[in-house]
Amino acid sequence: MGDTSSLIQIKGIRDGLLITLGGAEWPDLVKAFIENIEERSAFFRGARVTLDVGLHELRVAELSGLRDSLSERGVSLWAVLSESLITERTAQNLGLATRISKPPRAELPHVTDQLPEDAAKWVKGPLRSGGRIAFNGNVVVIGDVNSGAEIVAGGSIIVWGRLRGVVHAGAQGDENAFVCALELAPTQLRIAGEIAISPKKQAKSQPEVARLQDGNLTAEPWHTSTGR
Amino acid sequence: MTAKVITIVSGKGGVGKTTSVANIAVALAARGQKVTCIDGDIGLRNLDVVLGLENRIVYDLVDVIEGRCRLRQAMIRDKRLSELYLIPAAQTRDKTAVSPSDMVRLCDELRPEVDWIIIDSPAGIERGFKNAIAAADQVLVMTNPEVSAVRDADRVIGLLEAEGKGPGALIINRLNPVMVRRGDMLSVEDVLDLLAIDLIGIVPEDEYVVVASNKGLPLALEGKNKAGQAFQNIARRLMGEKVPFLDFDTLNVFQRLLGRK
Repeated sequence: MGDTSSLIQIKGIRDGLLITLGGAEWPDLVKAFIENIEERSAFFRGARVTLDVGLHELRVAELSGLRDSLSERGVSLWAVLSESLITERTAQNLGLATRISKPPRAELPHVTDQLPEDAAKWVKGPLRSGGRIAFNGNVVVIGDVNSGAEIVAGGSIIVWGRLRGVVHAGAQGDENAFVCALELAPTQLRIAGEIAISPKKQAKSQPEVARLQDGNLTAEPWHTSTGR
Repeated sequence: MTAKVITIVSGKGGVGKTTSVANIAVALAARGQKVTCIDGDIGLRNLDVVLGLENRIVYDLVDVIEGRCRLRQAMIRDKRLSELYLIPAAQTRDKTAVSPSDMVRLCDELRPEVDWIIIDSPAGIERGFKNAIAAADQVLVMTNPEVSAVRDADRVIGLLEAEGKGPGALIINRLNPVMVRRGDMLSVEDVLDLLAIDLIGIVPEDEYVVVASNKGLPLALEGKNKAGQAFQNIARRLMGEKVPFLDFDTLNVFQRLLGRK
C-alpha cells in the first residue's frame, strides 16, 4: 500500500488529538485513516479527536459513516474543522463542534518592515460599539473602548480610558503582549491563545495591566507591576 | 424659508422614535413653525397612526419618488395644526424602494416650503437608516436607560460619525426617576458618561404616552403632562432657546415616598 503518512497528520492539542486529512480523495483518506488507527490501536483507544478536513465537502452519510467506524474502534469524534460551509453544516447537523476553543490566529494587515519594532497605532477614542481596530503592532487608544468594540493587535494594547469591549493582544501568538487600561473591564480579554472574561466589577476601579504568566491570564493593579 | 432637516434614530427598535417624531413635530407646529414629518419606515409605517392621520393617506413617499404624484399631493395636512404635514411611508413596499439620493432630492425640493423636516428612521442600521440620515442636518439619537438600547445608540453614533453626520444629540426616553433612585435603572449621568454626546432631552416614563398614541392624539398638544412638556422642551431647544431640563426630584412627592420604602 502507498505511503499514508503524508495524507494524515496527527497533533496533540489541549482538547485531544487534531487530525489533519490531506489532499486525496475522501474514500482513500478514510481508508488510510482507519488503517492508521488499527495499526496503532493502543495509541488511539479512548482518544478524543478533532478532524480538520480542509476543503472536502462532506454530506451527512459520509461524516456519520466515519464517525461510526471511529467509535467502533474506541475513538470519539467530537469536532470537525472545515473551510467548506457544506461540511460545517453537516457537522453541526450531526451535533459535532465546528470550532475549537482557541481564538483563531488573526489575519492582520501587514505592516511594512521599515516600522520600528515598537511602533504603535494611535486611535483617538471613544471607540464605539461596532468599531474595530486590527493592527499588526501595538495599539494605543486615547479614550474609552465601549462594549461591542473590538481591538485585535499583534502586539500590546494600551487604553487610556475605560476598556469594556473585546481585545486580543498578541493575536499572532506573542505571549509577551499585554493589555492595560485605566479601567480594565473588557467583555472578553485575549492574549495570544488564552481567553478570559472579566470578573464581576469591584467597587473601586484602578488602572490595571493584564498579561500571560505561566500560561494563565492575570490582571493586577498598575502600581505593583511598575518597574518591569 | 429653508427647512432644517432633523432625523431621529436609535438603532434598537421600540425605544420611542415614532412617538417622539410625532410629539416634537406637534410641539414645533404649535409654536407657529411649519413642519413636515416623513415616515422613513417603509413597509412598517406607524407615524400616520400616532398622528391620527391613517385614514387620509392617498399617496405616499414611494409614490413621490417614483413620480406617480407631486410632492404636494403626498403631504397630508394635520386636522388640528394647519402648519403640520405628514408624508407617509408606503406600506406595501420595502426599504429598497428608496435610495439615500432620493431622500436628499426630496428634502431639497421640500426645504424652501417649510421650517422643519422631521424624519422618522426605522430601527436597524441598514438601508432604511441610511436613507433616513442621508438628508439630515442634525440627527437626534434616541435611547432608553437600559444597557441594550444604550449599546445600540453607541453603535449608531459611531456610524453617524463615519458618515460625517456628527455625533448627534441625545434624547433619553422612558426615564423612571423612582427606579433610578432605587439604583434599578441607568441614570442620565450613566448614559451620558457612556455615550459622551450632548443631551437635548429627557422624557420621563408615562403610561399616558401609550394611550395618546393609540388615540392618535400626540400628548405634546396638551401642556399638563410631564412627558408632553419634555417634548415641548426639546422643540424649544431645537429652536435655539435655552431651557433647563425638567427636575424629576420634585416630580411627584407621592411616588418619591413610595420609592424610598
